[in-house]
Amino acid sequence: MYIDEYSDKVKDHFFHPKHNGKLEDADGMGKVGNPKCGDVMELFIKVEDNKISEIKFQTFGCATAIASTDALCELAKGMTLEDAEKISKQDIVDYLGGMPAIKVHCSILGEEALREAIKDYRSKGKT
Amino acid sequence: MDEKPEIYLDNGATTKVDVRVVEAMIPYFLKYYGNASSLHHKGAEARNALNDARQVIADRINADNDEIVFTSGGSESDNLAIRGTSHALKDKGNHIITTTIEHPAVLETYKQLGKEGFEVTVLNVDNDGMLDLDKLRSAIKDNTVLVSIMHANNEVGVVQDLEKIGEICAEKNIVFHSDCVQSLCKVPINVKQMNLSLAAFASHKLHGPKGVGALFVKRGTKLYRQIYGGSHELGLRAGTENIPGIVGFATAVSLWTDDDVERITSLRDKLMTGLLEINDTELNGSRESRLCNNVNISFNFIEGEGILLHLDKNGICASTGSACSSQSLDPSHVLLAINIPHSKAHGAIRFTLSRETKEEEVDYVLKVMPNIVNELRGLSPIKNNEDLAEAEKMKFDDHH
Ligand SMILES: Cc1ncc(COP(=O)(O)O)c(C=O)c1O
Repeated sequence: MYIDEYSDKVKDHFFHPKHNGKLEDADGMGKVGNPKCGDVMELFIKVEDNKISEIKFQTFGCATAIASTDALCELAKGMTLEDAEKISKQDIVDYLGGMPAIKVHCSILGEEALREAIKDYRSKGKT
Repeated sequence: MDEKPEIYLDNGATTKVDVRVVEAMIPYFLKYYGNASSLHHKGAEARNALNDARQVIADRINADNDEIVFTSGGSESDNLAIRGTSHALKDKGNHIITTTIEHPAVLETYKQLGKEGFEVTVLNVDNDGMLDLDKLRSAIKDNTVLVSIMHANNEVGVVQDLEKIGEICAEKNIVFHSDCVQSLCKVPINVKQMNLSLAAFASHKLHGPKGVGALFVKRGTKLYRQIYGGSHELGLRAGTENIPGIVGFATAVSLWTDDDVERITSLRDKLMTGLLEINDTELNGSRESRLCNNVNISFNFIEGEGILLHLDKNGICASTGSACSSQSLDPSHVLLAINIPHSKAHGAIRFTLSRETKEEEVDYVLKVMPNIVNELRGLSPIKNNEDLAEAEKMKFDDHH
């Protein structure tokens, strides 16, 4: 990856992530990845009226993973759980103004973590 | 800071051409532009320049004038050396040896020779990056014809003991090639003392122009040419010589002094020591047997692509062994070869200094780096080794 391949939006989300951090009183939490393959992603959600009211993440991942997960959070905030689950890789790439094909996989971990967090929230709701 | 500085610490990739080198080259574009193969006086001017340049390179490594072949750079020199000898010695044997930490110019050439029917042994190095000489000794067989071991590694800066390796090769009468692309002018090279038959060099790593290199070929070494055509360069490399480039290369070599190496070494030590004061950092590669301009450090719990972006924002150019910034998405094969775990290869940054590196520049890096590390660690769920161990217990999720 070369510096001139990062869109301004990717750089902005990387340098100034809005949704980085932890939610201590999260309603759902997803944790995926393994440092052995180079990335770990933790994602926290708070849910009100079936909608994501707050969302935060932490990652041991590359710049693109940080930017794309921050973008994912931006998109997911305020959405119903059903809509949030449907956010695709392409939605994130489009929102960020494109990214080289080889880096698209870096955004996968964020989506997986979000799905895990929603699953976690639902499993708690049932008990 | 009003204006963003430009601090170039990626001199392992390439260097700025010294202005004196550029000045020495210019007449060979505008005035002495002849072809060294021509009979007339313009040809003689070019031929003289070529011979003078050859002598400069030869003197630097204790070789003779007729043992230097000019090429288009390090990759071509390595290819010519390895392919050229392997095929020339095929009747004698087909076993060839190298190491896991070589530059792709060597590793890929060996891989190709493997496909062409050669038996290839790739030796591991230790966690410092050093080759175990006993391992080499026991790898050599009756049909071994070539040993290729790099002098200074381009990523972690480890310098091998070529004299000892050369002794072993001489004992067994085996051709010894070394990729000296990173070491020329930074580490003393004496081809006789090192028993080298072949050694590869490139101009652009030492403030010379790009696209020029040389191969030392010891007199009497059997070598097949790789580029067919005219009988230029002892018949080993066809093509009209790049006289301006070759003059630039020789000028660049002649400018290097022992004082330069000493000054670069002390700046390297300052940078290395200062960066290692940041928590949870580790030096990659040997501390003692190390290239004068190489600092390679893992910043644990964070990732290299992000570090490079932050450095670039501050005007600092460096490079990383992280998978995510490579085009292949594989972490550096050198870091993996010296047993750096993925999680640490991920955060490995290489700073390579040059003759033009200033102390203020090192100070500036030391000033901004702790903030960058803190900021990125703030984004990471892993803050310490306990977190890391905990995270590594998770199921191995091979999504790549
Ligand atoms: C150790 C080593 N060998 C070979 C090369 C290839 O040299 P060149 O780029 O001149 O072909 C390089 C530089 O990239 C290098 O660092």
